Amino acid sequence: MLLSAVDSGWADPARLHHEGRTARLLLDNARAVLAEGVGVRPDELYLTTSGTAAIHAGLAAVAGARRRVGSTVVHSAVEHSAVLHAAAAAGTAVEVGVDPLGRIDRDAFAAEVAKPGVAVAALQSANHEVGTRQPIAWAAEVCAEAGVPLFVDGAASIGHDVVPGGWSALTASAHKWGGPAGVGLLAVRKGTRLAPTWPVDEREDGLSPGHPNVPEILAAAAALQARLTEADELDKLHRAWIDELRQRIANDIADVEVVGDPEDRLPHVLTFSCLYVDGEALVTALDAEGFAVSSGSACTSSTLRPSHVLAAMGVLTHGNIRVSLGRTSTHDEVDRFATVLPGLVRRIRAEVGM
Amino acid sequence: MTLDCRGMLCPLPVIKLAQTISKVAIGDTITVLADDPAAATDIPAWCRMRSQELVSAENEQYVVRRVS
Repeated sequence: MLLSAVDSGWADPARLHHEGRTARLLLDNARAVLAEGVGVRPDELYLTTSGTAAIHAGLAAVAGARRRVGSTVVHSAVEHSAVLHAAAAAGTAVEVGVDPLGRIDRDAFAAEVAKPGVAVAALQSANHEVGTRQPIAWAAEVCAEAGVPLFVDGAASIGHDVVPGGWSALTASAHKWGGPAGVGLLAVRKGTRLAPTWPVDEREDGLSPGHPNVPEILAAAAALQARLTEADELDKLHRAWIDELRQRIANDIADVEVVGDPEDRLPHVLTFSCLYVDGEALVTALDAEGFAVSSGSACTSSTLRPSHVLAAMGVLTHGNIRVSLGRTSTHDEVDRFATVLPGLVRRIRAEVGM
Repeated sequence: MTLDCRGMLCPLPVIKLAQTISKVAIGDTITVLADDPAAATDIPAWCRMRSQELVSAENEQYVVRRVS
């Protein structure tokens, strides 16, 4: 798929020669598929060079168009760092806290959105680290009442879970659904005004400058299409496997905190923290067992600060592990993970005398 | 009792706290000095998970009361 697209879609889709028109056709087809996948019209979908680029450009352009109203950007404390950075750059960022499950404080969010001078409110569809879904349909109503555009980072959900409508803008990232890295989506509902605050060209209405990567975009569309045809089946399997992991980890390991909402969550993500365990040591031990997992512990981050998501929830940040299931994950792997984990945790604790 | 964990990275301050709390009489407090940013979340989380009481947490200084 990708290789044939590299052969036929290499040209600049903005040119009028045969190769350019072929690339344009492939791009239009891919845009139509991707737009359908996120529930918008093709002319409401901009293609960017990553999910992060979609957030940076989208949030800045939505806020830029509301400059006369104000410059406040309301956001949850558990947004992806791309949203936090974009919010700080776009105006005055106002953070709204979350409960211990990671879900937004509704009263505080509604109160901040209703204040004068709010340019845009940003709320993720679901948390990328702990899987907890945010109340998007409710937030859309609150924002509509206040006349504030709602910006939804949907990267953790699109391809895995259904995102409710009502938002003004939504972003996603192809590599999160098994597509290639380097393709992001920025969906903007008609009626939402955009004002890019950087040098613009004629591409993607100025929201993503430069010659688009047609082959990768095509591969992203094919991957999303494939993913959505198996989404219902994967949803059932992943939900059951994560439920099983949750229970086994909580039962088999002492002093462990399994975090996030156990039910109203993404199907494929699980996060837990083990008391007295060094996160880096546990990631390394699991890697040696063939498991590639992430961690929100400070020792695994380049800044030596713990995950802002875990900190905002007030849950243990050290000894933290995040498991994400993919479409090729099997129950045997889930079972083996739950079987080897207690011994690894015991060994690491024993090394520090616990 | 004061436990100086300044300069230590998590989970070390929490491990030291867990290893020292048994030397504190039930009802008494221990003060932990910890400048690792993770301690701000992890010492309160330890108190919750181990059913001990967090009396105060400010200026990189955590006061914990042993209740069990």
